[in-house]
Amino acid sequence: MRQNGFLSRIFIALVYLFLYAPIFVLIAFSFNSTKSRTVWSGFSLQWYRDLLRNAEIMDALQTTLLVSVLAAVIATIAGTAAAIGFFSMKRRPRGICLAINNIPMTNADIITGVSLMLLFVFAGRVLNLNFRLGFGTLLLAHITFDIPYVILSVLPKLRQLDPNIYEAAQDLGATGLYAFHRVVFPEIAPGVINGLMIAFTMSIDDFVISYFTAGQTSTLAMVIYSMTRRKVSPEINALSTLMFLVVLSLLLIINLRQIQQERAVAKKLAHAKH
Amino acid sequence: MKNKLLGIPYIIWMAIFVVAPLILVVIFAFTGRNGGFTLENFSTMNQYVGVFGDSFLLALVATMACIFIGYPLAYFLSRENAALKGMAMMLIMLPMWMNFLLRTYSWMSLLEDTGLLNRLFQAIHLIDLVNVIGSSMAGLLNQPYEPIEFFHMINTPGAVILGMVYNFLPFMVLPIFSVIDKIDHRVIEAAQDLGADSTVVFRRIIFPLSLPGVLSGVTMVFIPSVSTFVISGLLGGGKTMLLGDLIQMQFSGNTYNPNLGSAISLVMMVIVLVCISIMNRFGSGGEEAVVL
Repeated sequence: MRQNGFLSRIFIALVYLFLYAPIFVLIAFSFNSTKSRTVWSGFSLQWYRDLLRNAEIMDALQTTLLVSVLAAVIATIAGTAAAIGFFSMKRRPRGICLAINNIPMTNADIITGVSLMLLFVFAGRVLNLNFRLGFGTLLLAHITFDIPYVILSVLPKLRQLDPNIYEAAQDLGATGLYAFHRVVFPEIAPGVINGLMIAFTMSIDDFVISYFTAGQTSTLAMVIYSMTRRKVSPEINALSTLMFLVVLSLLLIINLRQIQQERAVAKKLAHAKH
Repeated sequence: MKNKLLGIPYIIWMAIFVVAPLILVVIFAFTGRNGGFTLENFSTMNQYVGVFGDSFLLALVATMACIFIGYPLAYFLSRENAALKGMAMMLIMLPMWMNFLLRTYSWMSLLEDTGLLNRLFQAIHLIDLVNVIGSSMAGLLNQPYEPIEFFHMINTPGAVILGMVYNFLPFMVLPIFSVIDKIDHRVIEAAQDLGADSTVVFRRIIFPLSLPGVLSGVTMVFIPSVSTFVISGLLGGGKTMLLGDLIQMQFSGNTYNPNLGSAISLVMMVIVLVCISIMNRFGSGGEEAVVL
């Protein structure tokens, strides 16, 4: 195919500028020495210092990380099991299950949020349980919207799997669980890990569904939301700068590892040819 | 590796946490505060016709803008070499890891009357230029001219659309890119061998084959745009109330009215479903592009 001309390169650069301009502004003003969001008055690290002392933000960060890790891990285990279950079904029931599985992904977040809120409030009233919206309901909601992504990421790997290798392992005397652990899992592992990553990202990024299901518990996004209604303190800028750097370096490491692996594979292939 | 039983726990989970909540929304929509059947929630919704119109209009404009920006971007990126492609896709997804509230809030500092963009426009004398042109035009027409000091951008519907495009553009680029990138090069070469120039190749091969990506991009941009409740508050200054704001109001604080809220949610959901199924019918015959 034709390479891009000068004008298309300019277009690409402009779109990336559009995507990153607000982020650069955010990062730059996290080092500002006053509270202003538009006037630069000198370099300072005071917002990073204040961040560590801000109990509200630190609590919310802890809640966010806890709920994201728990929800992602639980959803990955449950979703992998469910994917194997779906994979084993006949075509029609599988189609129905997958259609329902797609609902939380395609539905508007706000509808998923309010419908779960109705469920929790209703269940509390009907079953006469003395429970309120809080960390528990937040976790249930996160698991619910995480699982579909895990299933969609594991299913293709199951389809690629050679059905004979599981039976071969059993013929050689492996129990079902052992065969799964040693033979099947290594094959589908990339899909499982991909699902875990997506689930974690979805959880850590979610605001709308958490807003309706968390009650008095606050996630980071909820703290930021309540701040935007008053005045965002630059400590939040500092925190997102740190998170941005962490994610950036993680992605770079993953990318570099992939390139290295590809090189290693290429080397192996080259050796095999000789 | 077959085990149907493993599916059962999640089927029960879906029944409780996916299906039951939606049934509750329907039940709440058709009941009044006292718990009896009523259609009152739907009749009181008449006063919100304007909100429905605004939401769907803004979401439609934002979705179109995402196509016009996202499609060329995805197409140009698919022509770059593999290393650059990988990097570019990573950079498209990276902002999604940063809280969207913060990124939207950051646009406020850019768009405000005394914000960074207006400062930039002043510094490059763009505003002076507009004033010079404006006053001479007004002079020709013998009209009085009021010189401007800044461009008013924040708290307008335009700013809300910008916020939607900014937040949801990656959802348009990713599916289109993944579809175009998978097009078999031999198909394109075959067309070229048969005498097609690059316009014909694009119009007859690349564009039709990329339609499933566009369709799933449209779905992924339109649905969050039509139901957003934060972007309008931050960039629209609360002036343009959208469906998301309306629903959120019914489920919180002293305007708590889950019955009306459910009715609005239900109507929104039905309209969106109808739009999407019509689009898919006219699109590529029910083909689905899953992005992951």
